[in-house]
Amino acid sequence: MNDAAPPGLAPDRAPSQLGGSATKITIKDLRFYYGDSLALKGISLPLADRKVTAFIGPSGCGKSTLLRVLNRMYDLYPRQRAEGEVVLDRENLLDPAQDLNLLRAKVGMVFQKPTPFPMTIFDNIAFGIQLYERISRGELADRVEAALTKAALWGEVKDKLGANGLSISGGQQQRLCIARTIAAKPEVVLLDEPCSALDPISTSKIEELIDELKAEYTIVIVTHNMQQAARVSDYTAFMYLGELVEFDVTDKIFTAPSDRRTQDYITGRFG
Amino acid sequence: MKSMALYARRRRWSSVVMGLSVAATAFGAAWLIAILGTLIWNGVGGLTPSVFTSMTPPPGSAGGLANALVGSLILTVMGVVIGTPIGLLAGTYMAEYGRQTWLTEVVRLVNDVLLSAPSIVIGLFVYQIIVAPMGHFSAWAGGVALAMLVIPVVVRTTENMLLLVPNSLREAAAALGAPRSTIIARVAYRAARAGIVTGVLLAVARVTGETAPLLFTALNNQFWSLNPNAPMASLPVTIFQFALSPYADWQRLAWTGALIVTFAVLTLNIVARLLSNIGTSK
Amino acid sequence: MTEAALRSVDQTRVAEQSRSGALRRFIIRDATFRWATLIAAVGVLLLLGGVILSLVIGSLPAMRAFGIDFLTTQIWNPVTEKFGAVAPIYGTVVTSLIAMIIGVPVSLGIAIFLTELCPYSLRRPIGTAIELLAGIPSIIYGIWGLFVFAPFLQATLQPLLINSFANVPVLSSLFAGPPYGIGILTAGLILAIMVLPFITAITRDVFLTVPVVTKEAAYGLGCTTWEVVRKIVIPYTRVGITGGVMLGLGRALGETMAVTFVIGNAHRVAPSLIAPGTTISATIANEFTEAVGDLYTSSLIELGLVLFVITFVILLAARLLLLRLERRAGT
Repeated sequence: MNDAAPPGLAPDRAPSQLGGSATKITIKDLRFYYGDSLALKGISLPLADRKVTAFIGPSGCGKSTLLRVLNRMYDLYPRQRAEGEVVLDRENLLDPAQDLNLLRAKVGMVFQKPTPFPMTIFDNIAFGIQLYERISRGELADRVEAALTKAALWGEVKDKLGANGLSISGGQQQRLCIARTIAAKPEVVLLDEPCSALDPISTSKIEELIDELKAEYTIVIVTHNMQQAARVSDYTAFMYLGELVEFDVTDKIFTAPSDRRTQDYITGRFG
Repeated sequence: MKSMALYARRRRWSSVVMGLSVAATAFGAAWLIAILGTLIWNGVGGLTPSVFTSMTPPPGSAGGLANALVGSLILTVMGVVIGTPIGLLAGTYMAEYGRQTWLTEVVRLVNDVLLSAPSIVIGLFVYQIIVAPMGHFSAWAGGVALAMLVIPVVVRTTENMLLLVPNSLREAAAALGAPRSTIIARVAYRAARAGIVTGVLLAVARVTGETAPLLFTALNNQFWSLNPNAPMASLPVTIFQFALSPYADWQRLAWTGALIVTFAVLTLNIVARLLSNIGTSK
Repeated sequence: MTEAALRSVDQTRVAEQSRSGALRRFIIRDATFRWATLIAAVGVLLLLGGVILSLVIGSLPAMRAFGIDFLTTQIWNPVTEKFGAVAPIYGTVVTSLIAMIIGVPVSLGIAIFLTELCPYSLRRPIGTAIELLAGIPSIIYGIWGLFVFAPFLQATLQPLLINSFANVPVLSSLFAGPPYGIGILTAGLILAIMVLPFITAITRDVFLTVPVVTKEAAYGLGCTTWEVVRKIVIPYTRVGITGGVMLGLGRALGETMAVTFVIGNAHRVAPSLIAPGTTISATIANEFTEAVGDLYTSSLIELGLVLFVITFVILLAARLLLLRLERRAGT
């Protein structure tokens, strides 16, 4: 690990920063604008393949904004734009020629508030699958079961697949959203503060889930709960006022951070 | 004491005005009861099965309102079938694609004007564009006239209901890679379903009782006719004709027809209300 | 490559093919759907444009024949083909005015009752009843007016008015007999009953937007109920009430069936309110299907144009006012 080089400014150092893990997404000098105001000021960092990377930082630091660039969710809104490069599988996904729907099929997202569709549990999961694949009913049922099992929800809902997605508890709804996302077989899963609306028991269930999911998917999680970041992630990026302050292996960030600001944040001096 | 006298006067004033407001409510309620009461009193007597099975008779013979009922049904269905898709699509544009654009603002304003425009003027318009070129009255013209009354109602409710669907639902669908049309058709419509259906029901309730736009589009038809190219009987126009005539049996049929129309409209309104309550309580 | 690796390469290729096929379909579907909605939205604009255009085109023969005199002549003679709009316009305006003069205060009273005095358990039922009243088709009011209300007025109110004002200088000609039963006054009263639920519903909704804390502050200072209404509620909702009243006016002006039954269909302007008259919509409703000759038809269409212009202006002003209210409220 090269401590001397300031992290975040030398993308070509990224592989060594990841200590041997392959890079799934490389962010190079990303700038993001809300209208005329600059919200992300030149971010560069690597996201490791099949590991969990956490974005932490105080409110307004830009971590959610950064996350939403990765699946170009901001494209839904007129006055938001991004410049720079975000490379996934050798393609810059900020390129205007990039097909957004295809991107989002590869890069899934789970939101802060559980958002089950107003349909049955079965249809919720089937929704993402049926967008891109034509499979038989039997295969569909298998895929739904597989997704719900992976999301640790199958046991709880297998007898009520026909119930409305809104009829289950908040924690179950969020696991439903996770199941829905992974049913569509993405490569990357983005989690935007997935537990902030949930009780502690549901939260710990989802954290267990993240640990299992990372064997198959690259996971990026935004959280304002530092302990959660320390628990679940392999790499952590600390952000402040739109800048990437420090990026490193999680253990290092939380035990011996290089930057003073990181130190202050994790010890609770501000936040 | 001066202040007590002032206070007493203020209280008296308030009591007077409040008394007047109670009187106003009683006044309004009284007329409602009077109208519904006479409607039932005069119409119920004629409510025999033959009303639904026999056709409109010439004066002096027995008969019913069958062709008028069926005609109204056909015209209403036409109006809804033609008007709802247009209204739905326009409302969808306003809520999904064109939010905050000037086009949407203008369409909303124009739509509100059309919503409250005198329906007889709508009838004149349809006469000009359909009846005059065709050379004769027809059910088509009547259906189009009713469609023009359906469209503004559906546009308005569709836009309002779609605007109520939270963006988080749309984002969740987008995050799965769903294209815009799928997000709207399979998620937004689904979420707004109850409200949109309510809007259609309210539109149906509105056109069920409309007479003026049919007067010179579908005209009326004494006989049984399912031909969309010919004039078609309708309940409101039949009531109009029979009520203003000097024949007692026609007038009786007019009352019965009026009772049926009112009942249908009130039922539709109540069902629409119940549906929207179910939608909001979920 | 191992068997498993080959299989996974195959699977990836199939998945990619399936995905790119889906993407192609998406692009077409998205474009079609978007165009369809845009066309429908523009279509709404075209409908209004079409209405105005067709009315103007249809009125041209009459406009060329009579010019501005159309609006100042009272004569309405299909035989000599001389048509003037004064009687219908007068009837439309006066009946609507009567409807407003009676309807607005009563509506305000009902709205005040519903929001301030009514016991909570009754509020919903009464409010619903009023909204249902608003949905009763106008032909019902018409037939009720002709067979029940008009004879009732003929026997009670009209003789009362005639006799009371018989010796009062100006009002005696306003309320001069004989008591026909049907006539301008009757039509105005029926319109009042018709617009009641409409204006009441809007006024009540507008009253409910007043923040409860503001009213509580006034009550807390010892204001009587009437004072809270007069000093807090009505000023706060002034714009909304005005908008609602104008909407009601627009409705009254355009009303056809309720009026046609009871107006008496006389093409003249009589000084007495108890006399029969006509309105624009009643004239069109009664005469259009029997109109022979282009000039007759065109004159009726020109009447429709006049009505449309009047209601259009009032409705537009009302909507813009209500828009301003919504903006201020922050919705």
